[in-house]
Amino acid sequence: MTDSAPRPAATYLDAASGEPLHPAAREVVLAALERGYADPRRLHGPARDARLLLDNARAVVAECLGVRADEVSFTASGTDAVHRGLLGLLRARARSGDRVVLPRVEHSSVLHALKWAGASAETLEVDRLGRADPAALAAAASAPGTALVALQSANHEVGTRQPVAGLVAALRAGGSDVPVFVDARASAGREDLPPGWAVAAASAHLWGGPAGVGVLLVRHGTGWVSPFPADDRVDERTSGFENVPAALAAAAALRAVVAERVEVDARQRRLVDRIRAAAAAVPDTEVVGDPEDRLAHLVTFSCLYLDGEALVTALDRRGFGVASGSACTASTLEPSHVLAAMGALTHGNVRVSLTAATTEDEVERFVAALPEVVADLRAEVGL
Amino acid sequence: MTRGPDPDEAPGQGPGQVPGEDPTAVALELDCRGMVCPAPVIELARHVGDVAPGEVVAVVATDAAARVDVPAWCRMRGHHYVGADDLGDGAVRLRVRRA
Repeated sequence: MTDSAPRPAATYLDAASGEPLHPAAREVVLAALERGYADPRRLHGPARDARLLLDNARAVVAECLGVRADEVSFTASGTDAVHRGLLGLLRARARSGDRVVLPRVEHSSVLHALKWAGASAETLEVDRLGRADPAALAAAASAPGTALVALQSANHEVGTRQPVAGLVAALRAGGSDVPVFVDARASAGREDLPPGWAVAAASAHLWGGPAGVGVLLVRHGTGWVSPFPADDRVDERTSGFENVPAALAAAAALRAVVAERVEVDARQRRLVDRIRAAAAAVPDTEVVGDPEDRLAHLVTFSCLYLDGEALVTALDRRGFGVASGSACTASTLEPSHVLAAMGALTHGNVRVSLTAATTEDEVERFVAALPEVVADLRAEVGL
Repeated sequence: MTRGPDPDEAPGQGPGQVPGEDPTAVALELDCRGMVCPAPVIELARHVGDVAPGEVVAVVATDAAARVDVPAWCRMRGHHYVGADDLGDGAVRLRVRRA
């Protein structure tokens, strides 16, 4: 690394892209790397050790998420869990049809998986807060040929919680047995899973576990057929040599996060309220997403006339690491489909997401810097 | 706050508008082809004052974000978003009535 190499932002406010490793996971991963190297399918001592660690990780994750251990599969990533969950459910439902009902604000990995599968997606509008209409989703799901409904637990870009329980209630009230796929990545560990999912996906690095561990949940009794080649591993729903140390570290982080979450949620909620109020006070700035019924740690706002990339870069220069949904910051050069679906301003967008360790002092420094950064950049464009 | 986005609202439905009005009746058209976000909205902000209140200014843009950002700008600045015309060459003309 040279002197001119970019320095990392001192205040990391992008937990929704990746939460730093929880200290509890750090301890476990070091111990597990020593003990969890062997193939858990073999019959010798080191293999039994690895198998024990993997089973232990599965049991802990199941307990923390309130599910059965045999409903938990460790996948190569959260995206992999989404792919396997959606595609496996689609295969199991092939006789019912290939129609999938979803709101416009699902994560791009859900949209890509459906496109790849050739499913016919019935995409419904959301309201200004980014919230799907459960009655409309259930009504759309009543059309013949519907394989499943996909509805995230909460939106990953704006934090708005989605009405999964309401959707399931509306489906069952109408006599529909169409299963619901829940992308629970944005909320898993932070909040209880919403009830009624048939298949769900989560991602360890979003709750403070290591990257490279996803969690696929398939409810007992739900039909699921592997969309990928079989691999004769410990768990028929996955493929590849199990990453036992990482799974164990993910489980340790989840246990710690669940134990601490009442306190962390209350603190993050208060700090995000502070950021929401400060951002709303910046001229020509719109704070988006539900102000109350939302994830605790995340807030998104957009500033008129500003380039999202310039805003992220200027904040980074001040030591704040944030994300943006503006087109100029996306590899696709398309504006965030979530912001577009909400009718929210897509340029000048910033997503701030707090880690479990974010302090009040860091938030105060951020809200002090924000109006200055916005005013400086607006002065450059003469507005 | 619960009203959905309305990017393609038909002409003749907005407040202060004459039903059946010719959608091409714009007082000022801003050619923002090739500009990327947020340049078309900046152009709009700079020139909306060039038309009289109640008159229509149009932004012609090729950037995908403009279709969302021009209506959002209208909402935030209190102007009336009239509607969009696809020009068929990848460009869209977004019409705004000055408040």
